[in-house]
Amino acid sequence: MGRDTLTGSRIRERRAMAGMRQAELAKAVGISASYLNLIEHNRRRIGGKLLVDIATELGVEASLLSEGAEAALIAALGEAAADGTQAGVEVDRADEFAGRFPGWAALIAQQHSRIENLERTAVTLTDRLTHDPHLATSMHEMLTMVTAIRSTAGILAEPGEIEPEWQTRFHRNLNEDSQRLADSSQQLVAYLDRAGDAAASLTLPTEEVDAMLSTHGFRFDDLVDANAADVRKFVQNQPELTSEPSQDMAMTVIRQLLDDARRLPAARLVALVAELGAAPVEIANTAGVPLAVVLRRLAAFSDEVLPAACGLVMCDGAGTLMLRKAVDGFPMPRFSAACPKWPLFQALARPMQPLRQILSVTGRDARSFECYAVADPIGPMRVDAPPLYHSYMLIIPQEARANDGYEVGSTCRVCPSQACEGRREPSLLA
Amino acid sequence: MGKSVLLIEDEPNIIEAISFILSRDGWSVATHSNGHDAVGVVVESRPDIVILDVMLPGKTGYEILRELREAEGLADLPVLMLTAKGQVKDREMAERAGASRFMTKPFSNAEVLEAVRDLVIG
Repeated sequence: MGRDTLTGSRIRERRAMAGMRQAELAKAVGISASYLNLIEHNRRRIGGKLLVDIATELGVEASLLSEGAEAALIAALGEAAADGTQAGVEVDRADEFAGRFPGWAALIAQQHSRIENLERTAVTLTDRLTHDPHLATSMHEMLTMVTAIRSTAGILAEPGEIEPEWQTRFHRNLNEDSQRLADSSQQLVAYLDRAGDAAASLTLPTEEVDAMLSTHGFRFDDLVDANAADVRKFVQNQPELTSEPSQDMAMTVIRQLLDDARRLPAARLVALVAELGAAPVEIANTAGVPLAVVLRRLAAFSDEVLPAACGLVMCDGAGTLMLRKAVDGFPMPRFSAACPKWPLFQALARPMQPLRQILSVTGRDARSFECYAVADPIGPMRVDAPPLYHSYMLIIPQEARANDGYEVGSTCRVCPSQACEGRREPSLLA
Repeated sequence: MGKSVLLIEDEPNIIEAISFILSRDGWSVATHSNGHDAVGVVVESRPDIVILDVMLPGKTGYEILRELREAEGLADLPVLMLTAKGQVKDREMAERAGASRFMTKPFSNAEVLEAVRDLVIG
């Protein structure tokens, strides 16, 4: 049984596990067997006292029946099972496992994410060695010198006479080449020393920037009046940013967020939301700023100005997720590629055209979200050079579940959707 | 013997050493040190064997070799490739481009002599 089940299905599952007949359970909680049957097939809503009674009879927490264990945790367990080599993992019972042993389940999820990080680091380091142009040039230079020296020394060492003129020439060559070899080996050692320092950071810059941004909730309005040096100092003081590349990357993001804050100050944003509601396009038109600015500002201030905090995700033209502000119920993959059905990616096909779509996320909770996406060109305008785009998507949680929401997932492997043309790898929940 | 070798290599001291050992062995040695016009030089001078370095200014040894193999009457010309990287990938590339033999730096003088003799005299 997949994750995409509802309360009734879970009751049925639990009852079967407890070895209890439908009639038996129905009688114990004082309802008819046929009514319980409807509930178990998700055709009657159930809640309140009846749910508590059934849970008591089945010896489980009522929340385990109504919500199951936390969706994100189960998704993480599913990914861990998919990446692992251990056969016979009871993937179909991840729900039960997470419900009964939340601590152990969280530990598995945490270790899986740690392993993923370490694997990324290993790949990054290998790449650095294989594709480093400086290293390749140094090695080539050294081998060339060694070849010349070996060949020349071989001639000189052979028995037999060599004309004095040639002998002098070869001695001179030998001297030159050994000098060059000494220089290039010193350079190589110096380079490898520096490379060692850079490798000290074990997390990827993007992850560190992610962590730093979520600590601050994408909000840096206090720095609006600060000068560049102060902003740099602020960035250097962030504990999450352990390397210079992370700090540089964070500077770029913060500079943009500060620019947003200047173009659409918090007070103005609050007033516009009060007047227009959660309507990014109207706000952008009224405030006279690009839509992407409004999407970023709304994401940062959503917990203050909107009923619920909103999520934000940004990708480049290659579809690589570069920024993400998490939101409950809308899981975003960390490393693997996201669901191709997200409007975020549709926006890349129609740059600068605002898109709005109601989405339902596949999975047990099947929550609905109103999403706005737009792709904006980045960098300065250039004649006859194709522009590059960054696409942004604001994710606004909806209170009620929409029945006509466009169904999207997070990433194929943990998506239960059966018939999807966009599927690129099998789901482990199917 | 009086057979001719064309050495295409850009490192002067390697040119000098290899020229010396081949000349002493009785070969008539010509040298060339850039990739741009290497093909033209081979076509014009018609040597009995070419020793070709992979990393050359202007054009890589692989490109030169491919062009040589397409040129008229040069399909069977013995070509000894020299490279500073001995990875399987480089060997495959050399074979695909049509190298008669492949030698990785640093090689010994004896190896070069032996290879050249093998390829021309058999």
